[in-house]
Amino acid sequence: MSKIKLNISRCKGCGYCVAECPRKALSFSGHISDKGYDTVQVDESLCIACGSCYRVCPDSVFEILE
Amino acid sequence: MKLKAPESVFSSASFCPGCGHGLASRLIGEVAEELGIQHSLVTVVDVACCSFNIDYWKFDTIMAAHGRDIPTAVGVKHVRPGSSVLAYMGDGAAYSIGMAETIHAALRNDNICVIVINNSVFGMTGGQMAPTTLPGEKTATSPKGKDPTRYGTLSGVELLKHMDIAYLARGELVGSAGMIKAKKLIKSAFQHQLKGDGFSLVELLSPCPTNLNLPPVKARDFVHNEMTKYFPTGVFIDKGGVE
Repeated sequence: MSKIKLNISRCKGCGYCVAECPRKALSFSGHISDKGYDTVQVDESLCIACGSCYRVCPDSVFEILE
Repeated sequence: MKLKAPESVFSSASFCPGCGHGLASRLIGEVAEELGIQHSLVTVVDVACCSFNIDYWKFDTIMAAHGRDIPTAVGVKHVRPGSSVLAYMGDGAAYSIGMAETIHAALRNDNICVIVINNSVFGMTGGQMAPTTLPGEKTATSPKGKDPTRYGTLSGVELLKHMDIAYLARGELVGSAGMIKAKKLIKSAFQHQLKGDGFSLVELLSPCPTNLNLPPVKARDFVHNEMTKYFPTGVFIDKGGVE
Protein backbone atom coordinates (compact mmCIF):
# COMPACT_ATOMS: atom_id res chain seq x y z
CA MET A 1 0.00 0.00 0.00
CA SER A 2 1.17 3.44 -0.84
CA LYS A 3 2.51 5.48 2.10
CA ILE A 4 2.33 8.95 0.67
CA LYS A 5 0.12 10.79 -1.77
CA LEU A 6 1.20 13.89 -3.67
CA ASN A 7 -1.29 16.43 -4.94
CA ILE A 8 1.25 17.69 -7.41
CA SER A 9 -0.94 20.37 -8.99
CA ARG A 10 -0.53 22.37 -5.76
CA CYS A 11 3.29 22.19 -5.75
CA LYS A 12 5.16 25.47 -6.25
CA GLY A 13 8.63 23.92 -6.14
CA CYS A 14 9.90 25.77 -3.07
CA GLY A 15 12.07 22.79 -2.09
CA TYR A 16 11.36 22.85 1.66
CA CYS A 17 10.38 19.16 1.57
CA VAL A 18 13.49 18.20 -0.42
CA ALA A 19 15.67 19.95 2.19
CA GLU A 20 13.73 18.49 5.13
CA CYS A 21 13.30 14.83 4.09
CA PRO A 22 15.52 12.73 6.43
CA ARG A 23 15.76 9.82 3.95
CA LYS A 24 16.30 11.93 0.80
CA ALA A 25 13.22 10.32 -0.72
CA LEU A 26 12.11 13.59 -2.32
CA SER A 27 13.73 15.32 -5.26
CA PHE A 28 12.90 17.75 -8.01
CA SER A 29 11.38 15.92 -10.98
CA GLY A 30 12.41 18.36 -13.70
CA HIS A 31 8.78 18.31 -14.82
CA ILE A 32 7.45 21.84 -15.22
CA SER A 33 3.84 22.11 -14.05
CA ASP A 34 1.06 24.13 -15.67
CA LYS A 35 1.88 26.99 -13.28
CA GLY A 36 5.51 26.94 -14.42
CA TYR A 37 7.11 25.37 -11.36
CA ASP A 38 9.63 22.53 -11.18
CA THR A 39 7.65 20.07 -9.04
CA VAL A 40 8.81 17.37 -6.61
CA GLN A 41 8.72 13.58 -6.93
CA VAL A 42 8.97 10.85 -4.30
CA ASP A 43 10.90 7.58 -4.24
CA GLU A 44 8.49 5.45 -2.21
CA SER A 45 11.08 2.75 -1.52
CA LEU A 46 13.00 5.30 0.63
CA CYS A 47 9.95 6.95 2.25
CA ILE A 48 9.36 6.11 5.92
CA ALA A 49 6.11 8.15 6.19
CA CYS A 50 7.57 10.37 8.93
CA GLY A 51 5.44 13.35 7.90
CA SER A 52 8.28 15.91 7.73
CA CYS A 53 7.26 16.90 4.19
CA TYR A 54 3.63 17.36 5.24
CA ARG A 55 4.66 19.66 8.10
CA VAL A 56 6.95 21.94 6.10
CA CYS A 57 4.87 22.18 2.91
CA PRO A 58 3.23 25.63 2.57
CA ASP A 59 0.84 24.36 -0.10
CA SER A 60 -0.44 21.13 1.48
CA VAL A 61 0.87 18.95 -1.34
CA PHE A 62 1.43 15.88 0.84
CA GLU A 63 -0.88 13.42 2.48
CA ILE A 64 0.54 10.66 4.67
CA LEU A 65 -1.61 7.57 4.32
CA GLU A 66 -0.33 5.31 7.12
CA MET B 1 0.42 8.33 11.57
CA LYS B 2 -2.06 9.67 9.05
CA LEU B 3 -1.60 13.30 8.10
CA LYS B 4 -3.95 15.21 5.87
CA ALA B 5 -4.46 18.92 5.26
CA PRO B 6 -7.36 20.20 7.39
CA GLU B 7 -10.81 20.41 5.82
CA SER B 8 -11.14 24.03 6.87
CA VAL B 9 -8.49 25.22 4.41
CA PHE B 10 -8.89 25.19 0.66
CA SER B 11 -6.36 23.47 -1.56
CA SER B 12 -3.86 26.12 -2.52
CA ALA B 13 -3.55 29.85 -2.03
CA SER B 14 -1.97 32.53 -4.17
CA PHE B 15 1.10 32.93 -1.98
CA CYS B 16 4.60 32.97 -3.49
CA PRO B 17 6.57 29.70 -3.42
CA GLY B 18 7.96 29.15 0.09
CA CYS B 19 5.81 31.81 1.78
CA GLY B 20 5.23 31.27 5.50
CA HIS B 21 1.58 32.34 5.26
CA GLY B 22 0.63 28.96 3.77
CA LEU B 23 2.27 27.23 6.73
CA ALA B 24 0.64 29.46 9.36
CA SER B 25 -2.79 29.18 7.72
CA ARG B 26 -2.60 25.40 7.69
CA LEU B 27 -1.56 25.32 11.37
CA ILE B 28 -4.52 27.54 12.30
CA GLY B 29 -6.83 25.19 10.38
CA GLU B 30 -5.37 22.16 12.17
CA VAL B 31 -5.69 23.79 15.60
CA ALA B 32 -9.26 24.95 14.94
CA GLU B 33 -10.28 21.40 14.00
CA GLU B 34 -8.50 19.86 17.00
CA LEU B 35 -10.29 22.25 19.36
CA GLY B 36 -13.59 21.81 17.50
CA ILE B 37 -14.05 25.54 16.90
CA GLN B 38 -13.85 25.51 13.10
CA HIS B 39 -17.56 26.29 12.68
CA SER B 40 -17.67 29.15 15.17
CA LEU B 41 -14.26 30.73 14.55
CA VAL B 42 -14.34 34.25 13.08
CA THR B 43 -11.08 35.43 11.57
CA VAL B 44 -10.13 39.00 10.77
CA VAL B 45 -7.38 39.47 8.18
CA ASP B 46 -5.38 42.52 7.23
CA VAL B 47 -5.18 43.96 3.72
CA ALA B 48 -1.59 42.88 3.02
CA CYS B 49 -0.47 39.39 1.90
CA CYS B 50 -2.49 37.81 4.70
CA SER B 51 -5.67 38.94 2.90
CA PHE B 52 -5.20 36.00 0.49
CA ASN B 53 -6.44 33.88 3.37
CA ILE B 54 -9.93 35.14 2.65
CA ASP B 55 -9.86 32.66 -0.27
CA TYR B 56 -7.88 30.04 1.65
CA TRP B 57 -9.86 29.50 4.84
CA LYS B 58 -13.42 28.23 5.03
CA PHE B 59 -13.90 30.18 8.29
CA ASP B 60 -16.06 33.30 8.32
CA THR B 61 -13.49 35.96 7.51
CA ILE B 62 -13.56 39.76 7.63
CA MET B 63 -10.98 41.94 5.92
CA ALA B 64 -10.31 44.96 8.10
CA ALA B 65 -8.78 48.29 7.15
CA HIS B 66 -4.99 48.18 7.16
CA GLY B 67 -3.66 47.71 10.69
CA ARG B 68 -7.16 47.69 12.19
CA ASP B 69 -7.64 43.94 12.54
CA ILE B 70 -7.42 43.99 16.30
CA PRO B 71 -10.18 46.57 16.95
CA THR B 72 -12.35 44.79 14.36
CA ALA B 73 -11.73 41.47 16.11
CA VAL B 74 -12.51 43.06 19.50
CA GLY B 75 -15.80 44.34 18.05
CA VAL B 76 -16.69 40.87 16.75
CA LYS B 77 -15.86 39.35 20.14
CA HIS B 78 -18.16 41.84 21.92
CA VAL B 79 -21.03 41.05 19.56
CA ARG B 80 -20.45 37.29 19.50
CA PRO B 81 -18.85 36.37 22.83
CA GLY B 82 -19.47 32.67 22.15
CA SER B 83 -17.29 32.65 19.04
CA SER B 84 -13.53 32.34 19.01
CA VAL B 85 -12.01 35.34 17.28
CA LEU B 86 -8.65 35.55 15.58
CA ALA B 87 -6.88 38.64 14.25
CA TYR B 88 -4.30 37.54 11.67
CA MET B 89 -1.82 40.07 10.36
CA GLY B 90 1.75 40.81 9.42
CA ASP B 91 4.38 42.76 11.30
CA GLY B 92 3.62 45.89 9.28
CA ALA B 93 0.03 45.92 10.54
CA ALA B 94 0.75 44.86 14.11
CA TYR B 95 3.91 46.85 14.88
CA SER B 96 3.82 49.72 12.41
CA ILE B 97 0.51 51.17 11.24
CA GLY B 98 -1.50 49.28 13.86
CA MET B 99 0.86 49.66 16.83
CA ALA B 100 -1.58 51.81 18.83
CA GLU B 101 -4.34 49.24 18.34
CA THR B 102 -2.07 46.37 19.39
CA ILE B 103 -0.88 48.12 22.55
CA HIS B 104 -4.33 49.34 23.62
CA ALA B 105 -5.99 45.96 23.07
CA ALA B 106 -3.23 44.48 25.27
CA LEU B 107 -3.83 47.21 27.87
CA ARG B 108 -7.54 46.37 27.96
CA ASN B 109 -6.68 42.64 27.91
CA ASP B 110 -9.41 41.97 25.35
CA ASN B 111 -10.24 38.27 25.01
CA ILE B 112 -8.99 37.66 21.45
CA CYS B 113 -6.14 35.80 19.75
CA VAL B 114 -3.67 37.70 17.61
CA ILE B 115 -1.25 35.97 15.24
CA VAL B 116 1.48 38.14 13.79
CA ILE B 117 3.54 36.92 10.84
CA ASN B 118 6.94 38.61 11.11
CA ASN B 119 8.98 38.47 7.89
CA SER B 120 11.16 41.54 8.64
CA VAL B 121 9.94 43.54 5.60
CA PHE B 122 6.75 45.08 4.20
CA GLY B 123 6.00 42.12 1.94
CA MET B 124 2.95 43.00 -0.14
CA THR B 125 4.15 46.45 -1.18
CA GLY B 126 7.52 45.26 -2.50
CA GLY B 127 9.86 44.55 0.39
CA GLN B 128 10.43 48.00 1.89
CA MET B 129 12.28 48.48 5.17
CA ALA B 130 10.04 47.89 8.19
CA PRO B 131 10.49 48.54 11.93
CA THR B 132 11.30 44.82 12.24
CA THR B 133 14.03 44.87 9.58
CA LEU B 134 17.33 43.64 11.01
CA PRO B 135 20.36 45.95 11.24
CA GLY B 136 22.30 45.79 7.97
CA GLU B 137 19.52 43.93 6.13
CA LYS B 138 19.14 44.97 2.49
CA THR B 139 15.61 45.86 1.41
CA ALA B 140 14.01 47.82 -1.45
CA THR B 141 14.36 51.08 0.50
CA SER B 142 17.66 50.27 2.22
CA PRO B 143 19.77 48.94 -0.68
CA LYS B 144 23.01 49.40 1.30
CA GLY B 145 21.55 47.69 4.36
CA LYS B 146 19.57 49.17 7.25
CA ASP B 147 21.71 51.72 9.09
CA PRO B 148 21.47 50.80 12.79
CA THR B 149 22.73 54.26 13.84
CA ARG B 150 19.61 55.85 12.28
CA TYR B 151 16.94 53.17 12.57
CA GLY B 152 16.27 50.80 15.42
CA THR B 153 14.85 47.30 15.21
CA LEU B 154 11.53 46.85 16.96
CA SER B 155 10.57 43.71 18.83
CA GLY B 156 6.84 43.77 19.46
CA VAL B 157 7.11 40.89 21.90
CA GLU B 158 9.60 42.89 24.05
CA LEU B 159 7.06 45.74 24.23
CA LEU B 160 4.24 43.47 25.35
CA LYS B 161 6.34 41.37 27.71
CA HIS B 162 5.58 43.42 30.81
CA MET B 163 1.86 43.88 30.21
CA ASP B 164 -0.92 42.05 32.01
CA ILE B 165 -2.05 39.76 29.16
CA ALA B 166 -2.92 36.06 29.00
CA TYR B 167 -0.39 34.66 26.56
CA LEU B 168 2.62 35.88 24.63
CA ALA B 169 4.91 33.68 22.56
CA ARG B 170 7.12 33.64 19.52
CA GLY B 171 7.78 30.73 17.19
CA GLU B 172 9.38 30.17 13.81
CA LEU B 173 7.86 28.58 10.71
CA VAL B 174 11.08 26.73 9.91
CA GLY B 175 11.55 22.99 9.67
CA SER B 176 9.52 20.15 11.07
CA ALA B 177 10.47 20.91 14.70
CA GLY B 178 9.69 24.61 14.32
CA MET B 179 6.28 23.78 12.85
CA ILE B 180 5.40 21.39 15.71
CA LYS B 181 6.36 24.07 18.27
CA ALA B 182 4.50 26.80 16.38
CA LYS B 183 1.35 24.66 16.37
CA LYS B 184 1.59 24.24 20.15
CA LEU B 185 1.86 28.02 20.59
CA ILE B 186 -1.20 28.67 18.41
CA LYS B 187 -3.16 25.99 20.26
CA SER B 188 -2.25 27.48 23.65
CA ALA B 189 -3.37 30.94 22.48
CA PHE B 190 -6.80 29.59 21.47
CA GLN B 191 -7.11 27.59 24.70
CA HIS B 192 -6.53 30.82 26.67
CA GLN B 193 -9.28 32.52 24.69
CA LEU B 194 -11.66 29.61 25.31
CA LYS B 195 -10.91 29.89 29.04
CA GLY B 196 -11.62 33.64 28.89
CA ASP B 197 -8.16 34.65 30.10
CA GLY B 198 -7.77 37.64 27.79
CA PHE B 199 -5.38 38.89 25.13
CA SER B 200 -3.03 36.37 23.56
CA LEU B 201 -0.46 37.15 20.89
CA VAL B 202 1.71 34.69 18.98
CA GLU B 203 4.40 36.04 16.69
CA LEU B 204 5.60 33.65 13.99
CA LEU B 205 8.91 34.32 12.23
CA SER B 206 8.26 33.60 8.59
CA PRO B 207 10.34 33.41 5.41
CA CYS B 208 9.53 35.86 2.58
CA PRO B 209 11.73 34.52 -0.26
CA THR B 210 10.44 37.02 -2.84
CA ASN B 211 11.35 40.14 -0.88
CA LEU B 212 14.47 38.80 0.77
CA ASN B 213 15.68 38.04 -2.78
CA LEU B 214 16.68 34.54 -1.72
CA PRO B 215 15.70 31.04 -2.85
CA PRO B 216 13.05 29.63 -0.45
CA VAL B 217 15.41 27.27 1.40
CA LYS B 218 17.98 30.07 1.95
CA ALA B 219 15.23 32.46 3.06
CA ARG B 220 14.20 29.85 5.60
CA ASP B 221 17.80 29.54 6.80
CA PHE B 222 17.94 33.34 7.13
CA VAL B 223 14.93 33.23 9.44
CA HIS B 224 16.43 30.43 11.52
CA ASN B 225 20.00 31.75 11.70
CA GLU B 226 19.68 35.56 11.57
CA MET B 227 16.17 36.61 12.63
CA THR B 228 16.16 34.49 15.77
CA LYS B 229 19.23 36.41 17.03
CA TYR B 230 17.11 39.56 17.30
CA PHE B 231 13.77 37.85 17.85
CA PRO B 232 14.34 34.94 20.25
CA THR B 233 11.63 32.29 20.23
CA GLY B 234 9.82 30.94 23.27
CA VAL B 235 6.87 31.49 25.58
CA PHE B 236 7.08 34.81 27.46
CA ILE B 237 3.72 35.02 29.22
CA ASP B 238 1.46 32.07 30.02
CA LYS B 239 -0.99 33.22 32.66
CA GLY B 240 -2.09 30.29 34.78
CA GLY B 241 -1.04 27.76 32.13
CA VAL B 242 -3.50 26.25 29.69
CA GLU B 243 -3.87 22.80 31.14
